[in-house]
Amino acid sequence: MTVLKTENLSIQFGGLMAVANLNLDVKKGELIGLIGPNGAGKTTVFNMLTGVYKPTAGRILVQDRTGQLQDISRLHPYQITALGMARTFQNIRLFKNLTVLDNVRIGNHLNVKYNSVTGIFRLPGYYREQKRIDEECRALLKIFEIEHKSDELAKNLPYGEQRKLEIVRALATKPHILLLDEPAAGMNPQETLELMDLIKYIRERFDLTIILIEHDMKLVMGICERIVVLNYGRTIACGTPAEVAHDPLVIKAYLGKELENGA
Amino acid sequence: MSKKTNTIASALIVALFLILLNLLVWFRVIGEYTSQVLTIAGINAIIALGLNLISGFTGQLALGHAGFMAVGAYTTAALLMKVNLPMALAVLGGALMSALFGFLIGLPTLRLRGDYLAIVTLGFGEIIRVLMINLPELTGGPAGLKGIPTYTTNFAWRPVIPFALVYLALTLVVVLLNNLLNSSHGAAIVSIREDEIAANAMGVNVFYYKLFAFTLSAFIGGLGGALYAPFFGYLSPNMFNFQKSVEFLIIVVLGGMGNLTGTVVAGIGLTYLQEILRFLKDYRLVIYPVILIIVMLFQPSGIMGLFGNKEFSLTRLVSKMLGEKPLGGEESSDKAGEVQ
Amino acid sequence: MAFLQQLCQQTLNGLSLGSIYALLALGYTMVYGVVKLINFAHGDILMVGAFVGYFVLKKWGITPVNLMLSFLPAMLFCMILGVLIEKVCYKPLRNQPRINALITAIGVSFFLENGARVLPFIGPNPRVFPTLPVVNYRLFGINISQVQILIFIVAIGLMLILNYIINHTKTGKAMQAVSFDKGAAALMGINVDRIISFTFALGSSLGAAAGILFASAYPQIEPYMGIMPGMKAFIAAVFGGIGSIPGAMLGGIILGVAETLTKGFLSSQLADAIAFGLLILILVVKPSGLLGKPMGEKV
Repeated sequence: MTVLKTENLSIQFGGLMAVANLNLDVKKGELIGLIGPNGAGKTTVFNMLTGVYKPTAGRILVQDRTGQLQDISRLHPYQITALGMARTFQNIRLFKNLTVLDNVRIGNHLNVKYNSVTGIFRLPGYYREQKRIDEECRALLKIFEIEHKSDELAKNLPYGEQRKLEIVRALATKPHILLLDEPAAGMNPQETLELMDLIKYIRERFDLTIILIEHDMKLVMGICERIVVLNYGRTIACGTPAEVAHDPLVIKAYLGKELENGA
Repeated sequence: MSKKTNTIASALIVALFLILLNLLVWFRVIGEYTSQVLTIAGINAIIALGLNLISGFTGQLALGHAGFMAVGAYTTAALLMKVNLPMALAVLGGALMSALFGFLIGLPTLRLRGDYLAIVTLGFGEIIRVLMINLPELTGGPAGLKGIPTYTTNFAWRPVIPFALVYLALTLVVVLLNNLLNSSHGAAIVSIREDEIAANAMGVNVFYYKLFAFTLSAFIGGLGGALYAPFFGYLSPNMFNFQKSVEFLIIVVLGGMGNLTGTVVAGIGLTYLQEILRFLKDYRLVIYPVILIIVMLFQPSGIMGLFGNKEFSLTRLVSKMLGEKPLGGEESSDKAGEVQ
Repeated sequence: MAFLQQLCQQTLNGLSLGSIYALLALGYTMVYGVVKLINFAHGDILMVGAFVGYFVLKKWGITPVNLMLSFLPAMLFCMILGVLIEKVCYKPLRNQPRINALITAIGVSFFLENGARVLPFIGPNPRVFPTLPVVNYRLFGINISQVQILIFIVAIGLMLILNYIINHTKTGKAMQAVSFDKGAAALMGINVDRIISFTFALGSSLGAAAGILFASAYPQIEPYMGIMPGMKAFIAAVFGGIGSIPGAMLGGIILGVAETLTKGFLSSQLADAIAFGLLILILVVKPSGLLGKPMGEKV
């Protein structure tokens, strides 16, 4: 069953075609890698999928909570998140001066069942609901083993844990599609291995479809079932890790022209 | 269980404290002049709390809170004088009118980058002042509006009633704002200050919450003005100039942006200081901007930044004094006890 | 006929007022371009410029030549003041939340205004700026005064020089680069700090010139005189598209004409309200302004 589909998705910045005619068809439960050299347009794709940039042409269809495919290309980011697609950011964008727990609580924002008046006057039901939110958030933090840091400020976490917290925060929005933008950037090999296991675990546990952008080939090749390769905004290959790794266009894109001359 | 007892104990302490203060005013231990200064201090603190909500917690600079104060004050005066509404309704009406203005200004501007709110609110403050001058039937024009019914004409009660009402309102504003900010909706508001794009990606409807915070902020600013009109009994457009808006900003900055305790302390402290420094005359006007610049350059988190930006919490204090283990949550902090 | 004549007259008056707004708006827009800060104190630079001109002309005596020469000390003084303000108050805050620098700018603005108020040789009371005897020339039934001619000559002259500096000198090109992308400009070997100082110097000197022109047209000067022109010039900058130099010129002219037409045909009290109405309108309809480019944050 298709949960995310793009049709000729394109975006232009001035004269530059940053992404051209991207056609994706993502099935439920897939784990897809989006790779390509620097500046290939990977993050731009995420930004279009999540509504930060509006595409110049093409459509994005996403399965909403009722199971229908819905065109989201004109929606605001918060509406897309509400439909069930959440993301992390390449250059970590945590709420730095808030506690770890508050960061997750804000992710959980869409699932708050009381209104602001109840919040202001602490009307009946407030404490019960607040307790539920708290427990849910802490349970998520526990999966990523940062629960004991709940009350620390996000900016005081080490880099690797900040990346993890970004994932937790995205999970708190209760998505069924998760977009991870370089989740392993800045992590050492040991941490990257742990992260691979975690990503696989949360996919099973929360019934997720995951697309990830990553430079760490070991991670991409190790866990992705399908890989899409972008170069200069164009899709140059798409297939299983093995297929992609042997694709001449991909090798050329990554290693440049020297290979042709040298080999 | 003990959390509940603590909250009740804290509420009792606050109530006793307020009653004690009023008794001091009643028996003139706190003289009439001082009590008046403290009443104005309380009003300033209320308006500054409103400003802190939008500027300190939501991160959007607003420069027209004297304008909201004016809307609240003049509306209340008009409701009292033309419609003969009871006092409580007139005050509420003033605050609501101000909230309406806030909503209407916020609607076109809050979609844009934060800087524009600063300049539009600045313009709003000035336009309101010009309007007040040009609507003499309603406002008395440049000469001012005299004869606004006061809270009481009874000599013995004169200083006590406004004092009691203002500090009751201040207590309510602090408690309710604190409740809001500790709720998930409050977290959403603060997330906008921290990172608008990330907040949006987390499902926070940024525009809605900005508008909500700004309207509430205008309501609180209007409430301050509404309380002021029947206390002072006289209004003039030039009381609500840009200078006044900046005074509220100085309170917020000095107390610490995004800290309620700091705003109350700085609001009452600065107003009181202003009275002491009267002999400096115009030189005071130079000291204020210097405070603003120095705080921003060297201590941008204000005085509360020196205490780790924590809010003062009476419940925490109570539980400590009862010898219990400190409770995890920062429940119901109440700062009415900050007077002097 | 009389109506048409008055329309032309008011438009001419608007053009001269607009030229002053344009000079001031250039300072807002250039500074916003390089440091993304609304420099609230820029309107007060106009006031400082006017006072420097006042003292200079009091000493030298008012003649056409002296009036032209008085621009030099005023522009030089404000140039130094502008750079000083940037170095002391804004530079340390460059990497902090933008609201902090904005608040500091308000502080600086108040400091300049109230500082002038308490300075014994300025004080709160209005002073009369020395002016040349009024000479009106009649052209097709429209009056054009000597002051207006002066305003046009100075404003056009300064804008031409500015245009040369920005488009044809190395520093000007560096300014454009910094305005486009500070980080990349630094990587290209541009001394960003120096360019920012240069921008403040340039903007402040134009502000000072606007001050003398404004004082020549409205010869009452006092410490708060910069607030309203400053606000209108900012609106002009937003209207033209903040960050865009031709936009600031165009915006200034449009705002000046709109203001005099409002004063001439509607009501003088409404003029200020109209300026802000215009601001809200442009923010709703086209927030990037007439000639500005839409800006988005990089994610």
